[in-house]
Amino acid sequence: MAGHSTYVPKTAVGRWFESRLPIVGLIHSSFVVFPNPRNLNYLWTFGGILAFMLVAQIVTGITLAMHYTPHATMAFGSVEHIMRDVNYGWLIRYLHANGASMFFVAVYVHIFRGMYYGSYKAPREILWILGVIIFLLMMATAFMGYVLPWGQMSYWGATVITNLFSAFPVVGETIVTFLWGGYSVDNPTLNRFFSLHYLLPFMIAGVVVLHIWALHVPGSNNPAGIEKKTDKDTLPFHPYFTVKDALALVVFIMLYCWFVFYTPNFLGHADNYIEANPAVTPAHIVPEWYFLPFYAILRAIPDKLMGVLAMFGSIAVLAFLPWLDTSKVRSGSYRPMFRFFFWLFAVNAVILGWLGAKPADGLYVIASRICTAYYFGYFAILFILGFVEKPSKLPASIAESVLGRQGSAAAVGASAAAEPNTKG
Amino acid sequence: MKLAMLRTLAVAAGLAFAAPAFAAGETPVPPQNDWTFNGPFGRFDKTQLQRGFKVYKEVCAACHSMGLVSFRNLSQEGGPGFTAGQVKALAETYQIKDGPNDAGDMFERPGRAADRFPAPFPNKQAAAAANGGAYPPDLSVIAKARTYERGFPWFVFDMATTFQQQGVDYLVALLTGYEDAPAGVEVPAGKYYNKYFPGHIISMPNPLSDGAVEYPKTADGRPQAPETARQYAKDVAAFLMWAAEPHMEARKALGFKVLSFLLLFAGLLYFTKKKIWSRVESAAAH
Ligand code: HEC
Ligand code: HEM
Repeated sequence: MAGHSTYVPKTAVGRWFESRLPIVGLIHSSFVVFPNPRNLNYLWTFGGILAFMLVAQIVTGITLAMHYTPHATMAFGSVEHIMRDVNYGWLIRYLHANGASMFFVAVYVHIFRGMYYGSYKAPREILWILGVIIFLLMMATAFMGYVLPWGQMSYWGATVITNLFSAFPVVGETIVTFLWGGYSVDNPTLNRFFSLHYLLPFMIAGVVVLHIWALHVPGSNNPAGIEKKTDKDTLPFHPYFTVKDALALVVFIMLYCWFVFYTPNFLGHADNYIEANPAVTPAHIVPEWYFLPFYAILRAIPDKLMGVLAMFGSIAVLAFLPWLDTSKVRSGSYRPMFRFFFWLFAVNAVILGWLGAKPADGLYVIASRICTAYYFGYFAILFILGFVEKPSKLPASIAESVLGRQGSAAAVGASAAAEPNTKG
Repeated sequence: MKLAMLRTLAVAAGLAFAAPAFAAGETPVPPQNDWTFNGPFGRFDKTQLQRGFKVYKEVCAACHSMGLVSFRNLSQEGGPGFTAGQVKALAETYQIKDGPNDAGDMFERPGRAADRFPAPFPNKQAAAAANGGAYPPDLSVIAKARTYERGFPWFVFDMATTFQQQGVDYLVALLTGYEDAPAGVEVPAGKYYNKYFPGHIISMPNPLSDGAVEYPKTADGRPQAPETARQYAKDVAAFLMWAAEPHMEARKALGFKVLSFLLLFAGLLYFTKKKIWSRVESAAAH
C-alpha cells in the first residue's frame, strides 16, 4: 500500500514465497518502513487503538456466541448463564459490553482529531468518507448487539428505534415490517439482529482495509496540517510509531480494564437486567451513551419525519465536511477563529449527549433545539470561515514545526546519516 | 486555543449546574450504606451473606423466586461460604418436581446441590394472583436491576470511585421505607405506602419486622448481629448483591493482577519509547 516495497526476503523459502504472493513485503512497506510525519501527537494513536478494539470485539463476540441462545424466551437466561456458569463468562461478557463503549470512546476521539486538524481535506476525502461509513456500521452493530441480551432496554430501545422508520412516507411501514420480521419486535427480530450483529463487524473489517489503503496513498495528516516534503519530515513506522502506538494502546487498555473489572455496569442500564416484557414500558427509554447526542437531535424536532431526517442528517453531513470547510489551511492550530467554533462544537456535542438522557420536556427541549441548531450551524460557519478568517503563519516544514528552525537544519545531517532512505 | 476552550467549558458548566433545579424528582434518594464490598478491594462478608440467605429463605422466598441461583452456588468460592455438606443437606430439605420418568410420570424427589432454588408459585400468573395482581419479581439479579439517578457531577466521579451500589442501597431503603401515607394520599386496599418505591403505592406488604428471623449466636449466646428489621434489610440486600454478581470477588482480584501487570508494562513501554525517540528528538521538542 505504500508504493514499491524495499523488502528483500532473507531466506530462499521467503524469496520463493514473496515472488508468488508479496504479502510480507506489503506488510513491511505498510507497517515497518512506512514514512510517518515525525510530529504526530498521541491523538494519532487512536487508529491503532480502534483496530485493536475491533479485533477485541470480534474475539469476545465469537466466544459469547458459543454460549448465547438467540431466542426470545431464552436469550436473557443464556446471557445470565454466561455470567454465572461459563468459565470466565463474566469476563468475556463484560469485555464485550464495555468494549463496545470503549470502541466508541476511541472513535469519537479519532473523529474529533480529524475535525480539528482538517484531516478530511484533499487529498484525504475518500479516506474520511470511508471513516464515516465505518462509524455508521459501528452504530448499527452496537444497536443490534444491545438488543441481544433481551432485557427491557434492549426490547424497548429496539421498538423505539425501529419504529422511527415508519416516519418515511410510502415505504416506512414496509421497512418496519421487514426489520421486525413480523408485526412487532419479537423472536424473528432477535434472530435477524443476531445474524446481522455477527455479520457487520466483518463488513467493518473490510471497510477498515479500504480505510488504511486510502490512508497509505497520501500518508497521515499531522498536527501542522502541512504535507511532508523531504525525508527529514518523516520517521519510519517501526520502531518510532510502533512503540508510541503500543504505549498509548496499553494505557487505553488500562482504562478499559478499569471499567471491566471495577465498575462493569457503569456504562449500561439497570433496566437491562430485567427480562424483556412487551406489557411493561420502562419509565425512561434511553439509548446507550454513545447514541445520546443523536437521540437528542431526534427529539429536538417536533415533527417525527423531520426528526428522523435530522438525526440521520447529523451523521450524513459529516461525509460532506471536505467540501463544507472552505479553508485552505488544514490544522486548527493555525486557525484562530475556527478554534473557537470547533471547541464550541465539541462542548455542544457533550451537552447534546447529556440532553439525550433527559426527559424530552420543558427546558430540556428548548436546550436541545439550541444545541441542534448549533450542531448544523457549525458546518455553515465552517463554510463562511474559509472566506473571512486570516490564518496564522504556517511553519515551513514538518521538521521545522517539531525541531524549530535551527534544530531542523541540524537534523538534516543527523537523520540523513542515521536513517536509511525509507520513502517508498 | 486554551482560552476558547475554557470559555466554552464555562458555558457548559453553567448549563449543567442550572439543570437539576428543574429536574428535581419526588422519590427521595436512598441513603448510602457502608458495604464491605465497596471499591476495588471490597469483598463480601460471608457471615452477612449467610444471614441474608436465612432472611431470604424464611421471609422473601414465600413470594419471590430466585430462579437463576442454584444451591451449589452457596458453597462456591466468593459466596456465603457454606460447606458442600451443608448445601447438600439444605437441598435435601426441598422437594423438587422432576420427570417424566420411564413410565412417563412426573415425580417429586429430594433436592440436589445442582438444582435451582425452587419457585414459590408454579408460574407468574399464579404468583400475581396470590399477591393482589402484582407479580413479585424474581430476585436473582434484582440488585443490578434497580437504580436511581446520580445526576451531574456525581456520575462523573463514580467512574473513579467505582461507586455502583445504587441497587443495593435502594433495596435497603425499600425494605425499610414503609410508613404511613401522608395526608391526602389514598392507599387502595391491599396496597401499602413506601417512601422509596417509585409512585409510593406498592403491593408488597412490609416483609420485615424486628425479631422475625433468628440469627446464629456467637460464643456468648448473643445473636451475631442485631435482630432488627434494619439489619435484616441490610443482610438480605447484601445477599441479593452477591446473587446478582456471584463472581465479584474473582473479578476484582483478577482486575488487580491485570492492572498491575499493565501498569508495569506501560512503564516499561514509556521508557522504551523515550529511549527510541531520543535518537531523533532535540531537547526542545517532544
Ligand atoms: C407477601 C409476599 C411478599 C414477600 C414475603 C416479599 N415480597 Fe417483595 N414483593 C412482593 C410483591 C407483590 C411485589 C411487587 C410490588 C409491586 O410491584 O407493587 C414485590 C416487590 C419487591 C421488590 C421490587 C420493588 C421494585 O422496585 O419494583 C423487591 C426488591 C422485593 N419485593 C424484595 C423483597 C425482599 C428482599 C423480601 C424479603 C425480605 C420480600 N420482597 C418479601 C411480595 C412479597
Ligand atoms: C463492531 C464490533 C462489535 C460491537 C460494537 C458489538 C457490540 C455489542 C453490544 C453493545 C452488545 C450488548 C452488550 C450487553 O449489554 O450485554 C453486544 C452483545 C453481543 N455480541 Fe457484540 N459487538 C461487536 C462484535 C460482535 C461479534 C463479531 C460477535 C460474534 C458473533 C458478537 C456477538 C455478540 C453476542 C453473542 C452478544 C450477546 C451477549 C451479550 O449481550 O453480552 N459481537 N455486542
